[in-house]
Amino acid sequence: MTQPNRLNGGLIDHETRLKFIFDGKDYYGHPGDTLASALLANGVRLMGRSFKYHRPRGPLTAGSEEPNALVELRGGNRQEPNTRATTAELYDGLFAKSQNRFPSLAFDAMAINDRFSNFLTAGFYYKTFMWPAAFWEKIYEPIIRKAAGLGALSMRADPDEYDKGFRHCDLLITGAGPSGLMAALTAGRGGAEVILADEDFEMGGRLNAETLAINDAPARDWVVAALAELSSLPNVRLMPRTTVIGAFDHGIYGAVERVSDHLKTPAEGKPRQILWRIYTQKTLLCAGATERPIAFENNDRPGIMLASALRTYANRFAATPARRVAVFTNNDDGHRTARDLHAQGVKIAAVVDTRPDAQSSSDYEVLKGAQVIDSKGRLGLTFAEVKLADGSTRTIECGALGVSGGWNPNVHLTCHQRGRPTWNDDLAAFVPGDTLPPGLSVAGAANGSFSTHGALKSGAEAAKKALGLKGRLPKTPQAEDAPVSQTPFWYVEGCARAWLDQQNDVTVKDVKLSHQEGFRSVEHLKRYTTLGMATDQGKTSNLGGLAIMAELAGKSIPEVGTTIFRPPYTPVPIGTFGGRMRGMEFHPTRLTPSHFWAKERGAVFVEVGNWLRAQWFPIEGETHWRQSVDREVRQTRASVGVCDCTTLGKIDVQGTDAATFLNKIYCNGFAKLAVGKTRYGLMLREDGIAMDDGTAGRLAEDHFVVTTTTANAIKVYQHMEFVRQCLFPDLDVQLISTTEAWAQYAVAGPNSRKLLQKIVDPAFDISNDAFPFMACGNITVCGGLRARLFRISFSGELAFEIAVPSRYGDALMRKLMSEGEEFDVIPYGTEALGVMRIEKGHAAGNELNGTTTALNLGMGRMVSKAKDSIGSKLSERDGLNEDDALKQVGIKPLNPAEKITAGGHLMAADGPVDASHDQGYVTSAAFSPTLDHMIGLGFLKNGGDRLGEKMRLVSPVTDLTVEVEIVSAHFVDPEGERLRA
Amino acid sequence: MIINHPLLGPRDSAEFVYMGDAALIDRPDPDTASPEDWHDYAYLRDNPAGEHRELWFHEGGDRSWLVVTRNTVTHEISKVELARDVARARGRST
Amino acid sequence: MRYSGFKVIKEALTGHKGWQPAWRDPQPKSHYDIIIIGGGGHGLATAHYLASIYGETNVAVIEKGWIGGGNVGRNTTIIRSNYLLDGNEPFYEFSLKLWEGLEQDVNYNAMVSQRGIMNLIHSDAQRDAFIRRGNAMMLNGADAELLDEDQIRAEYPFLNFNDARFPIKGGLAQRRGGTVRHDAVAWGYARSADSRGVDIIQNCEVTGFRIENGTCLGVETSKGFIGAKRIGCAVAGNSGRVMGMAGMRLPIESHVLQAFVSEGLKPVLPGVITFGAGHFYVSQSDKGGLVFGGDLDGYNSYAQRGNLPVVEDVCEGGMAIMPMIGRARLLRMWGGIMDMSMDGSPIIDRTHIDGLYFNGGWCYGGFKATPASGYAFAHLLARDEPHETATAYRFDRFRTGHMIDEKGMGNQPNLH
Repeated sequence: MTQPNRLNGGLIDHETRLKFIFDGKDYYGHPGDTLASALLANGVRLMGRSFKYHRPRGPLTAGSEEPNALVELRGGNRQEPNTRATTAELYDGLFAKSQNRFPSLAFDAMAINDRFSNFLTAGFYYKTFMWPAAFWEKIYEPIIRKAAGLGALSMRADPDEYDKGFRHCDLLITGAGPSGLMAALTAGRGGAEVILADEDFEMGGRLNAETLAINDAPARDWVVAALAELSSLPNVRLMPRTTVIGAFDHGIYGAVERVSDHLKTPAEGKPRQILWRIYTQKTLLCAGATERPIAFENNDRPGIMLASALRTYANRFAATPARRVAVFTNNDDGHRTARDLHAQGVKIAAVVDTRPDAQSSSDYEVLKGAQVIDSKGRLGLTFAEVKLADGSTRTIECGALGVSGGWNPNVHLTCHQRGRPTWNDDLAAFVPGDTLPPGLSVAGAANGSFSTHGALKSGAEAAKKALGLKGRLPKTPQAEDAPVSQTPFWYVEGCARAWLDQQNDVTVKDVKLSHQEGFRSVEHLKRYTTLGMATDQGKTSNLGGLAIMAELAGKSIPEVGTTIFRPPYTPVPIGTFGGRMRGMEFHPTRLTPSHFWAKERGAVFVEVGNWLRAQWFPIEGETHWRQSVDREVRQTRASVGVCDCTTLGKIDVQGTDAATFLNKIYCNGFAKLAVGKTRYGLMLREDGIAMDDGTAGRLAEDHFVVTTTTANAIKVYQHMEFVRQCLFPDLDVQLISTTEAWAQYAVAGPNSRKLLQKIVDPAFDISNDAFPFMACGNITVCGGLRARLFRISFSGELAFEIAVPSRYGDALMRKLMSEGEEFDVIPYGTEALGVMRIEKGHAAGNELNGTTTALNLGMGRMVSKAKDSIGSKLSERDGLNEDDALKQVGIKPLNPAEKITAGGHLMAADGPVDASHDQGYVTSAAFSPTLDHMIGLGFLKNGGDRLGEKMRLVSPVTDLTVEVEIVSAHFVDPEGERLRA
Repeated sequence: MIINHPLLGPRDSAEFVYMGDAALIDRPDPDTASPEDWHDYAYLRDNPAGEHRELWFHEGGDRSWLVVTRNTVTHEISKVELARDVARARGRST
Repeated sequence: MRYSGFKVIKEALTGHKGWQPAWRDPQPKSHYDIIIIGGGGHGLATAHYLASIYGETNVAVIEKGWIGGGNVGRNTTIIRSNYLLDGNEPFYEFSLKLWEGLEQDVNYNAMVSQRGIMNLIHSDAQRDAFIRRGNAMMLNGADAELLDEDQIRAEYPFLNFNDARFPIKGGLAQRRGGTVRHDAVAWGYARSADSRGVDIIQNCEVTGFRIENGTCLGVETSKGFIGAKRIGCAVAGNSGRVMGMAGMRLPIESHVLQAFVSEGLKPVLPGVITFGAGHFYVSQSDKGGLVFGGDLDGYNSYAQRGNLPVVEDVCEGGMAIMPMIGRARLLRMWGGIMDMSMDGSPIIDRTHIDGLYFNGGWCYGGFKATPASGYAFAHLLARDEPHETATAYRFDRFRTGHMIDEKGMGNQPNLH
């Protein structure tokens, strides 16, 4: 194993070898390498295939703007598709595969597409594949979809953990190049809380990739010293491997830290990545600039890359794509590449400079006023075809070609709040515009200060200005300050298959076709050709496409438009945004105080919102849930059962105006409710639709306890606070949610009183006379434990609800069970609860579905006309009071063996079955152990007057039609004798 | 977004629940309002592109309803008040 | 010019010289029979159906920017007709049927792909509600299918069946639902309308209405006054702004809805999946990107961008139900302005001003409605009476109490 294209020097540790595998072949590289640099050092230029034409591709860049060198990194369930080899840090044992090729990278059968490129032009698919109509989905689309995408997911759950965190600072600096470092030094010395974030694993930005001098020493020395000083400052936090992905409202920035991506697997207990939300007063964007290519015929071969990338590979990574390279440039920066590679011993075949007056070199040939017009080499560059100033052509042998068309400031974050960059004619580039996100300023190359001196100086000045620092600026280190002028040169005249967007295979020809067909605005161009929509989001391609469109349209570039940059700056794993909120941690789980007791009893639990509730309690011998539920219902109705109803919302209402307040909240009257009494209440939304129901017990003249349904507890509380604070701000009333303060249990059944009498302290008489139906009061139990007792019934039985402070919930449940043994007490779950309330005809969530009114629920007369309450006025609208309005009814099958299905629709006994004959629907259904057949509740047009009518329940989606009879919703004890017993 | 709570200082908007236009404070007088007034109150909105006075509930905090003046184009928040104070100022009482 | 495979081949062999602009770039005439404000999906569809069905060709579509630049160009491309209520289901089913014949109708391949949509079920109450919905769909002639957990597991083995906080208990499928290449919808309708004589006028902003004696005579624009007998407004999130110029307040709030796309991936998802216990829905485009979204940000906004909490919320939902996507990268996020109505259902109606008509309140369901919305609005503009599938979409339903509230959330737009 040798590294044929490994050079000397650079920021890599030549002494340490890291083994890696690419496409099944073993290689090695060194710490400090990226996968791309290590492959180049090993003589590998071909790293990927393009999306549409499957053209062979090598790296275009040495950074996160890479469109070509995308690989599937890692294997198994950690497989990461579309990973940029140019930013993937090499680690020992790295495993990567090329993607979007079959059967192999070197021989890709899909490359046949390239032969048909004339047919596969921009938007061709919009014009064909339409006949016959059925063929699109059966024939054409499957073929297209099969070719879709680049890399593949493992299809298995991501095994890594992700985390989220919050950080606060005075100044967030994004980018640790010369301007960012200088800004951090300035702000850090000035005492500000500073976060300096850089996407690279090595801070320093371009200074790591250049042979420049600062203060007459290598620039890297200055970087090292600056980082050392910054590390020593307690108020400065350095965040390498951290990409600031977006500028959000009010100084909140998203940042992704790649904690473990440079490791084979994350260390024990460490996340793979962290999503930081950074709250900052000020932000300084020091994101540098991205070099832009020049489009020419076949400019996409492996080995052709940005000149700055060529230089970065040589200077920082000690790697070169070839031993003989050429440069194609329209500016002085390209010559820098030639100089640096020459100094590294790489043969410079020629520098092709479009400018007739370009500088000469004694070290290599400069072809002035020349252009590269074509390239050769099937899987990698072998020759560049050059048109010389005199019009003749020359073929230059080279394995790599560095292309430089100038630099574009990285303005992305300045546009995240819809600011537009402005065009700078001197730079022929977009620079940050006037409308920046509040608090954000820009320095260095990102602001168009391209010289090293300019970057250093503007970093210091911008930091001072942003923070309003007093005193003098630190002295700007000495560095080159060459004036930068960029003359636009976007593409070589006459080229057609000259790539702009290398990943999506958008060529100059496609832009021309887009123009020809009228897709001329930047948004149309982008959408029609897919320019800039690849994983690199057009970082190296957008402007070229825009420039060509401008030329065709005879407009300036800014007239054609600017592309809108949107977050994230670079793609972010979905797992990172998900953080820890996955699996069982997706939502918090709320447990009631007697949850563990229920678990001991073998309860089956069900999710109710965020709560877990016991659904039923199977006992030995029961193999089907219905056995358990039927038993629980029968036993409760026969003797006594206990149900945990802690999850019901409980709201304490106190104050001298508490009754007045409840009169506003409930549509029925509460002002005259006596102390020690409970009343059923129905709350309407202001639009007159039922919102929630429950009970309110009056514990004192100025003290009520309101209960809500489990599902609506939060919403009702919010609503009550709105009414209190916003509508009736001077009422003397206070609210607090006590849902979690009290554990509450329904004790139901004919023996419920007897059971409770065993634990209620003797001072409290709960006999029927002293504590009748709908009574409530403060009591003590078990020798002095404070409790609240309500004689209310959801089951229709003689029943109580008893509440104790949460921490006694478990103990109370156990006590009820032990004291109840003599009555064969059983716990019952939400299923039995549901069955009993359906038997009793009580509305619940399925009936209070947000579209039903008091009238629908059979409680139309409860809406008091004597007072104002929320919703009472709008409930009077005609549409909510039609003669044939839906009314709640009971439903039973004519044949007791048949099924009632919730969600079934009600149709007349005869006649057509379709939407226009729909009479109503079934909301709830259950098997009634009491009646020994299924029963249902539902809403039926004019249902109150149709009891006894035979109808059909139809449920085509469950393939069911049942003959049913409409009956009263009160299946059990319609007179209510039991609950008053 | 960050909402500068008048009592608690700057808080992340994720602690809050949004309801809508602060005009919802101006509930019609049940004794005098016409059905049209009720319709307009419940259903019609100015929906401005620009400054918008709106109701936010500090559910993950002190349970205050706030009236936040926020620009719907830029999201800039220029004022935050306790809704109760606003309601009183608009003449609401009991 | 007709598009066809033959034409594509012919052009490929002759240097693509024969392609014409997909639509003309005309200057506005001084007067039209009908003006449609808004060159989005609904406006362009309206123009197409006005010309092709109702014979109205003296029509202009006026767009302040570039056509297709609003919500039709920034949605999650889903089509479906899985609605519950009488006012909605026939309309959306009509829309789905129009989708099924769209490409042949407009001679443009919008890649209507009936890959199916699956709403996952996580609780008994949700199943009850979905059964009712599935039945309503079938009773209206649409297709629906109820699946149990095992069927879901067989079809979607990559979902989280291990440690889901809200276990998957089944699903309601509509196999005829699916996705459409959204930009192509705007372009296809535009090209068809243009070829029938409709003027599509881009970069022409409406700055006011000329209303005299209760009649709307035309619009003031950045290109001058343009008169018309009838004017229809179809500007989605900008409804409040535009109708405000006619002095109207609407039962609509504008909210931002974010959407997301991942990097291109080899095929992983067969169709559209919606996670009923979280805020997440996803499909995969023909290019390979996972296209996904979730809830509104929740506050009034015209900014076309949202904030991190919802980004995280959506991705949390994705990871909860589909943890295999953890290593797929989110490539791009954007926001659209939703015209959220007071009951979650749209309005296609006359206004109190003669000659001025309104189409809006689509909430985040506007894309799937595009064909039927255009058809019904064209019907209204041409015949001055509501189309039979859109009779419920009236302004006065809030006054009379005939809300069409699918979710049962009431008059708070951000909850729909």
